[in-house]
Amino acid sequence: MPHDHSDHDHPHSLLPSDPALRVKALETILTQKGLIDPAALDEIIDTYENKIGPKNGAHVVARAWSDPAFKAALLEDADPVLAEMGYYGRQGEHMVVVENTDAVHNMVVCTLCSCYPWPLLGIPPGWYKSDAYRARAVREPRKVLADFGVTLPEEQAVRVWDSTAEVRYLVLPQRPEGTEGMDEAALMSLVTRDSMIGCGLAAAP
Amino acid sequence: MTRVHDMGGRFGDGPVVPEPEHVKFHADWHPRALAVTLASGSLGLWNLDVSRHARECLSPKDYGRFSYYEKWISALADLLVDTGALTPEELAKGQSDGPSDLADKRLAAAAVAGVLAKGGPATRPSNVAPVYAVGDTVQVRSMPENVQVSGGHTRLPAYAAGAVGTVVRLHGTHVLPDSNAHRLGEAPEPLYAVALKARDIWAHPEHPEDEVILDLWQSYLSAP
Repeated sequence: MPHDHSDHDHPHSLLPSDPALRVKALETILTQKGLIDPAALDEIIDTYENKIGPKNGAHVVARAWSDPAFKAALLEDADPVLAEMGYYGRQGEHMVVVENTDAVHNMVVCTLCSCYPWPLLGIPPGWYKSDAYRARAVREPRKVLADFGVTLPEEQAVRVWDSTAEVRYLVLPQRPEGTEGMDEAALMSLVTRDSMIGCGLAAAP
Repeated sequence: MTRVHDMGGRFGDGPVVPEPEHVKFHADWHPRALAVTLASGSLGLWNLDVSRHARECLSPKDYGRFSYYEKWISALADLLVDTGALTPEELAKGQSDGPSDLADKRLAAAAVAGVLAKGGPATRPSNVAPVYAVGDTVQVRSMPENVQVSGGHTRLPAYAAGAVGTVVRLHGTHVLPDSNAHRLGEAPEPLYAVALKARDIWAHPEHPEDEVILDLWQSYLSAP
């Protein structure tokens, strides 16, 4: 059971203070004990470095921009729609997609830790996990958006979703103007990761 | 009172620094820390809520100075000792004293894709019936802390405490972290998305129409 330790008796303080050595020591002990397989670690790393990332989310967004029936189903109940596309998995078991409109701009944060829709966006960027983002996004989202170079019109309200449970949120950004003739593949290239967190807008064509 | 991790609304932090999409990790040991943590989690010695609470139980001094993955790896070491998977002596030596009897639970490389794809849903059947509906006005508990366990885990951020808001979604019935983090049972109950007006929770809201929406369990709420 996790419980409070005083400063000096946290077991982690027995490990080397350098974090790289700390990880190495844990990996060594756990491997010697037969509790982890280094090949499984390589597989996990390969998954999040190369296989699962914001392209998945961009695929969903581009399809929603192109297909009104798909978009309606996605906004109504995202889980079965995403599962059918193969985007179900760890840290994306319960998805809600929220749509940006002329009236509302959505943003996603996890003030308590770093909850994030991994199957659609991969692992979160450093800033998403930073104290500054976690502290400020709920109180001054517009100033945070300014850090990303985004200024919203006065008539657009901001809705910040704090991921306090196991529900993960994906922002459906507004489709940029001038993209009427573009197909799904071309649209995908305009969908940035930050736009699906609500800290950016989709790129102009 | 909550713990050091509960920083929503805090003043004094600097700018948020954007970074390009191709940056996945900031040091060679970061992916290793991620993978060791995920692989250890699959031994089944703790649940997600227990592991979150372990990170939150880092001392405020350590929580503040540790980088993200240092928190993970430090909490992991604490959990491995707390659950008896490793001994403090092994940690101190950096060497194992012998094979573990849990080795048959080890995550195999061939199983990784399946485990990650399978995930771990938090929805459960519950005999707690929802008492609120979309559109209802609710009040958030005024004390942002675990009511069962002193200093225990909760997902009720301090900034929302006592606020009056509106139910905007019912998510179904979900495992209650306040119970599950302490191995007191999953205690599933209805989970709601509740919208709070920025002007009701901040003295200096940026815009009169801005809102913060949180996911809150039924036991965090009451009728005002």
